[in-house]
Amino acid sequence: MPSQLPIYPDQASNFAPQVDTLMTFMILVSAFFTVAITAAVIFFFFKYRRKSENEIGVPIHGDMRLELTWIVIPLILSMVMFGWGAVVYVDFRHPPQDALDIYVVGKQWMWKIQQPNGRREINELHVPVGRDIKLILASEDVIHDFYVPAFRVKMDVVPGRYNTMWFRPTEPGRYHFFCSQYCGTNHAQMGGWVTVMEPADYAAWLSSSMETETDPILAGEKLFSEKSCSMCHLADGTGRGPSLNGIYNGSVRLADGSTVRADDAYIRESMLLPNAKIVAGFLPIMPSYQGQLTEDEILSLTTYIRSLQSQPVPAKGAGVIPAGKK
Amino acid sequence: MATTTTAPAYTMPRDHYLNSSYGIRSWLLTTDHKRIAWLYLAGVTFFFTLGGIFAAMIRIHLLVPNGLLVSPETYNKLFTMHGVAMIFFFLIPSIPAVLGNFLIPLMIGAKDVAFPKLNLLSWYVYITGGCFVLYAFATGGLDTGWTFYTPLSSVYSNSAVAPAVIGIFINGFSSILTGINFAVTIHTMRAPGMTWFRLPLFIWAHYATSIIFILGTPVIAITLLLVALERVFHLGFFNPALGGDPILFQHLFWFYSHPAVYIMILPAMGVISEIIPTFARKPIFGYTFIAASSISIAVIGFFVWAHHMFLTGESTYAALAFSLLSYLVAIPSAVKVFNWTATLYKGSISYDTPMLYALGFIGLFLIGGLTGLFLACLGLDINIHDTYFVIAHFHYIMVGGAIMGYLGGLHFWWPKITGKLYPEFLARVAAITLFVGFNLTFGPQFLLGLMGMPRRYHNYPPEFQVLNVLSTAGASILAIGYLLPMVYFTWSVRYGKVAGPNPWPATGLEWSTDSPPPAENFDVTPVVDWEPYDYKNRADLGLGTSVAPLAPAHGDD
Repeated sequence: MPSQLPIYPDQASNFAPQVDTLMTFMILVSAFFTVAITAAVIFFFFKYRRKSENEIGVPIHGDMRLELTWIVIPLILSMVMFGWGAVVYVDFRHPPQDALDIYVVGKQWMWKIQQPNGRREINELHVPVGRDIKLILASEDVIHDFYVPAFRVKMDVVPGRYNTMWFRPTEPGRYHFFCSQYCGTNHAQMGGWVTVMEPADYAAWLSSSMETETDPILAGEKLFSEKSCSMCHLADGTGRGPSLNGIYNGSVRLADGSTVRADDAYIRESMLLPNAKIVAGFLPIMPSYQGQLTEDEILSLTTYIRSLQSQPVPAKGAGVIPAGKK
Repeated sequence: MATTTTAPAYTMPRDHYLNSSYGIRSWLLTTDHKRIAWLYLAGVTFFFTLGGIFAAMIRIHLLVPNGLLVSPETYNKLFTMHGVAMIFFFLIPSIPAVLGNFLIPLMIGAKDVAFPKLNLLSWYVYITGGCFVLYAFATGGLDTGWTFYTPLSSVYSNSAVAPAVIGIFINGFSSILTGINFAVTIHTMRAPGMTWFRLPLFIWAHYATSIIFILGTPVIAITLLLVALERVFHLGFFNPALGGDPILFQHLFWFYSHPAVYIMILPAMGVISEIIPTFARKPIFGYTFIAASSISIAVIGFFVWAHHMFLTGESTYAALAFSLLSYLVAIPSAVKVFNWTATLYKGSISYDTPMLYALGFIGLFLIGGLTGLFLACLGLDINIHDTYFVIAHFHYIMVGGAIMGYLGGLHFWWPKITGKLYPEFLARVAAITLFVGFNLTFGPQFLLGLMGMPRRYHNYPPEFQVLNVLSTAGASILAIGYLLPMVYFTWSVRYGKVAGPNPWPATGLEWSTDSPPPAENFDVTPVVDWEPYDYKNRADLGLGTSVAPLAPAHGDD
């Protein structure tokens, strides 16, 4: 099987052709300078080789026009490289709003992945072709990195925070993914496969039986009462904390008058550092859950809170700003 | 001093620094910068050999996809210890502490460095740090990667992290002392007439390096101390479970470790700037531009560190700024390459071994530098970051650049250091072997990176095998290229032909004194009334219009 020497692996995402075109441009510019300078060195080497033992070179001390030329031209070329690279990168760092959210948790030395409907897999990631996919990345221990060569993208998975990355798969197939940030003994084993499927196949796969896995919404609901969240965050808005109905991805008004979008990172922060952002009308009384929840449990709780998105928002006692009102 | 009437009839000078005193105490308690250079030569050669053995084991292990030689734990320790030995104990001290120590006073016409006792102390500090690291290697090894990323290093690793980081912390003071010594020496001890713009470019490069030593090293020292404190006393600096920030470590680490790359390459550039005009026998093209580019690399080099962190989740604006600054730091390096090439124009070029190293350096540094532009490019870094492309890139800079510069410098100044010539033909063979072996080792790794092979993998999918085998084959050629100079340099100390004061001949002040130089460097304080690399107005060299023929540098024995 490994008989040929491909320079580039398969192109299987929206970023792959962009990255490869940019790469080709850079290779061409570099090859030009490498060949030009190497040719000049070799040419001078033979043309001006010492003819007699006592010969000295012609003293030439410099030339301002030449110096300016070889400062300005590389400067212009490098600014083109910078600008072109910046365009690709800024696109990569800004996931589209309507992307499909998939959670990825790295731990020494495996990947746990949770699909939008709660279906879980290990070291396997199933995605539909042609759809924007956003990965929300968390780590249980050290820094990892989620890297799919065929998609030409990667992102570090850093403990203590969520990172996000996105891509749009363009070719159905199975592709390697790797951990590419050194993470300890079995770093090289910490990989798996991305399966890109036709949307219909993906939908069928997603709704197929969950086998023995537990439903993370149920797990989250259980945690919600076990960890005493339910004591204060009453659904009807009469508790000491805001109701969480409809809060996911909504706008929340804070005590300092600003508003914030209740995305995954905000919900995570509210569990671990509850005093960082206080919802308007509530007191900073919530204890921190730092060190008491694993990333997995945070994920289950977030999934449960997400499932409350469609629940009726109480008129009073909810942090969320009702739709239509600024 | 040499008379040029009889051909190769040089004899060793009667008194020189090597025979001025005898006994182990005269070496271990010496304050002579030339003898301290020998002490460092012994130290860096030891660590280079150690790091080289680790590298050889890595390459043999990677011959087959599942790994040939060692367990994953051991493999991780091998690449970590290879990096720590090579970077902190070989590359950083190599050119400054060996060649710089020997040559800076000689080149500026001084009797010694400004603080000779401090100079000796810095060697002992280096050896003490080295002993801590060797202790760590011997008791549990080190498996964090030379980058010590937290919280892996500060919490999760089971290896001997604490003694290792303390060793590197101690070793940092050796760099700081050397930096202070060089900067003060260059400022205050120049001979009459040796103005700033008559300084050899080797001195400019070391002045720039000293700035980085002094300003950058304290940051890595304190950062690694914080890692040790977090590991031993569980203070939460970097561990998120204790409220720390793992990314803060990377900022602090790279704030030093990126400028440290310039510590490794600037002195090598200084060596090349000496060799090329000597073997083209003409002034260097664009002296002020090369001198200024060393300083601008040292300054801008402090503002590019977060280009190692484009994918940590740092803000997009920070990434844009650091990418832009990284492109700016590439310009002065490009200026140097263009000026070296232009210096060859209308020269009188010889094929002597140092020149082969210098020309090899230009080619390899060119590839290393240009591939740095790929990694500075935000849109490409999302693909090639942390792959073998990075490994290939920095080995082109550090092995192709820094080590080729170091070996080129050793060949250039060996006759001055020992008073003896090495076998020229064998040396040329070694230089070419190194060039071929190097490209075969690291060239395939660029392709591995483009194909998506991540770095620090003890096994890999089978599609990467062909290129890994090529790379290992290259490494075996490279090893021969390193062993040859070790053998013939050692041989030449005893059996080499006597070199005479200025065998090439070269224009620097160090060549105006005996080889080996007397203990106090110059019999009378020299007065400089010529411009650097000036062959036209130097009748004393016996070249050009002068009729007296000079002895050939080598008999090609």
